[in-house]
Amino acid sequence: MQLLRSFLFRLASTAITLIGVAVIVFFVIRIVPGDPISMMLPPGATDEDIARLTALYGLDKSIPQQFLIWAGGVLHGDFGMSITARRPVLELVLGRLPATLELSIMALVIAVILGGAAALIGTRERGTKIEAGIDVGNGMALSVPDFLWALVLILLFGVAWPVFHISGRITPSLDLPFATNFYLFESVLRLRFDLWADIVSHMFMPALALAIPLAAIIGQLLKQSLKETMHLDYVTLARTKGYGENRVIIREALPNAILPTLTLVGVQFTFLIGGTVIIERLFSYEGLGNMAIDAVINRDLPLIQGIVILFAVIFTAVNLVVDLTYALLNPRLRHA
Amino acid sequence: MKLSRRELMKLSAATAAAGTFGLPALAQDIDELVIAYNVNLPSWDPTTGPSAVNPTIQGIYQSVFDQFILQEPDLSPAPGLLTEWGWNDDNTQVIMKVREGVTWHDGSPFTAEDVAWSLARAADPATGNPINFVWATLENFAADGNTVTADVKSFDPTIFKWMYFLTGYVLPKAYYEKVGADGFEAAPIGTGPYMVEKFERNAFVRLKANENYWGGKPDFETVTIKFVTDAAARVAEVESGNAHVTLEMPYEEYDRLKGTLNGVAAPISDIGMIFLNDIDVMLDPNVRKACVHAIDKQTIIDRLLSGYGVAIDTLQTPEYEAYDPSIKVAYDPEKAKEYLAASGYGPDNPVKFKIQTTKGFKPKDYEMVQAIVGLWRKVGIEAEIEVYEIAKHYELRAADQLAPAAFYNWGNSVGDPTTSTGFAMFGPSPHSVWDGADLIEKIGPLWGEADEAKRIEGWKAVDAYIAENALVIPLLQYVQPILSAKGVAVTPHASGALLPHLMKRA
Repeated sequence: MQLLRSFLFRLASTAITLIGVAVIVFFVIRIVPGDPISMMLPPGATDEDIARLTALYGLDKSIPQQFLIWAGGVLHGDFGMSITARRPVLELVLGRLPATLELSIMALVIAVILGGAAALIGTRERGTKIEAGIDVGNGMALSVPDFLWALVLILLFGVAWPVFHISGRITPSLDLPFATNFYLFESVLRLRFDLWADIVSHMFMPALALAIPLAAIIGQLLKQSLKETMHLDYVTLARTKGYGENRVIIREALPNAILPTLTLVGVQFTFLIGGTVIIERLFSYEGLGNMAIDAVINRDLPLIQGIVILFAVIFTAVNLVVDLTYALLNPRLRHA
Repeated sequence: MKLSRRELMKLSAATAAAGTFGLPALAQDIDELVIAYNVNLPSWDPTTGPSAVNPTIQGIYQSVFDQFILQEPDLSPAPGLLTEWGWNDDNTQVIMKVREGVTWHDGSPFTAEDVAWSLARAADPATGNPINFVWATLENFAADGNTVTADVKSFDPTIFKWMYFLTGYVLPKAYYEKVGADGFEAAPIGTGPYMVEKFERNAFVRLKANENYWGGKPDFETVTIKFVTDAAARVAEVESGNAHVTLEMPYEEYDRLKGTLNGVAAPISDIGMIFLNDIDVMLDPNVRKACVHAIDKQTIIDRLLSGYGVAIDTLQTPEYEAYDPSIKVAYDPEKAKEYLAASGYGPDNPVKFKIQTTKGFKPKDYEMVQAIVGLWRKVGIEAEIEVYEIAKHYELRAADQLAPAAFYNWGNSVGDPTTSTGFAMFGPSPHSVWDGADLIEKIGPLWGEADEAKRIEGWKAVDAYIAENALVIPLLQYVQPILSAKGVAVTPHASGALLPHLMKRA
């Protein structure tokens, strides 16, 4: 009951957050310098021409009026038309969302594998040179931002040793049988491993660039939690029972030590999605982030709004899921 | 050769990875030409919306659609879909002859009706053509056989130049009316050298050669244009062999790679300039003249742009029709000091103002402004740099609120003086921030001048007046670097458009 009430409360607060984001974004992007009409003003345009173009894109009305029109449309599922692409915003952002989600999830999986492995090995080899090496590696991974990792990866695996593709999401010449834009998942479901390999070879470098800093965070936090847990009485008891060190770490210490890391992973996942903006640009990956940069450059106001709101929905949804998962996994909260 | 266990493992891993994911095509025969392009293509209609006036996208449009009139790589007009064009004797009507035997990509015949409809559509404000006011100088479009006529509502001597400039494209009347705007966006057709086979927004467009192209079938059967907006990624694409052609990379990278790849670096119709707004200290001619004479353009080009640029003294480049090589503004710091001294300024009492610039929008834009500010400091000018986004520049310029000095790049791919000096310096234009009545008076009569020779001479006189009075600071004509694989020969186009059908097997 407590859990349900908490869930409903979170849902309500999420809705208020989204409304707040929508209002702020709408007004802020109209107040900052640079408007789309100035961007497309042709040579020789007169004041009448400017007024005509302004009216054509509905920007001649006051900002509150524009907001009411836009909000009314949103309530009916109409997020407006992109000024540059002249397509419905919802169609554009939903079309790109799967690419960004797949990239983020792949990055998260890589980060969890790398970070988890570093933490487990570091705990297993605590006090040795191996742990020191892992700490140094973690420090380097954290101190270099993801876009620099991206450039390093491009140079290493795109140019010097061209194993992976540098740009795009899939090789243009391939025929795609997909019904959705979740190419990676659908290629597995359709057992098209040739396409899967091509998609992975496009996604691997951007995903790895995104994953490296997160892996370092996961590695550090999990290792710290594990080390603290390893000193608890029940772990000592497990040792006295004669369990091996690997079993003690994985079966006994890890389930308790993982809870703080899980919360962190949830929070960091939202940052990871935010990080796709730059990474997608560098790898010309056709996701939401890449589209967001173009929208900002072109002052495509409806598209910016749509992308920001979608990002906000993802952020709040992920946080909600993390909170619920934490509550379910934590016996004290579950039974409260 | 002896391999250690570690080396053997490394080699095995590399082989396995390459086998799994497939190495990119390197030096084998090019079946499919891949171009790493520097911008995205947001939409396919080349006549409406912001994309229609984005010069960098025109190369993609021109691969699929033909313009009314063809433009040669040196910017000169040539017969295209229109084979003849001109006015009647009293300039009250335009008469155009349409090429026969041309087909649209769907196989249907191209006719004079298509031309008349495209012109009428462009002139209709409801379509959202940003250049509508140019096309609206014509009315009553009519097609008869292979002849199209229109009445001149107001005489514009440059109307035929717009027919190979922004939004000057011929679209298929019957097809467009059948499929509508959405259908056209989904499956665009033109009469151009390439047909759209596949388009992934923000990712790539795959083109197939138009076998029936009136100008001859292109050399490459299939062309994929990948949208790679990051310069470092574009360089990596071409260096790794993932792409065969790319453009607009840092000049240092161009110099590094032009030995191993084919390199072409040719001047294009874009120029770098500094707008002077007639406010504050810029109302003082001595300050303006000092600003102009204190800039060593050639050294800036040599040091910052590795020599890739052409110093200019007016807003015309050598390819433009009104270019006058006799107009010179010398680098003369002593003269600059004299001008400043005449107004009571000097190194100990510098004149102060703000200069705005973008950073990274054009090659070394910010660095160039930094160098200019350094040169100015030596003669007694203290300029504070403000960095802004290009969108803010447009907005401030349209509102006539630029700082006293503002760096910008100006494109003029038709090379006519109206679309360089004219719109940049004519006070009432939203692109101009110089509002002096004397200049408005000089430029005004040239807009409708029907005598072409007189018109061009008139613009040259305007340029001389601008240079003499330092009303703007022309800096340089940009050079566009293009890198291509050894098997590809690229013909650069002075407009800056990278055109696949001008690429041949080397």
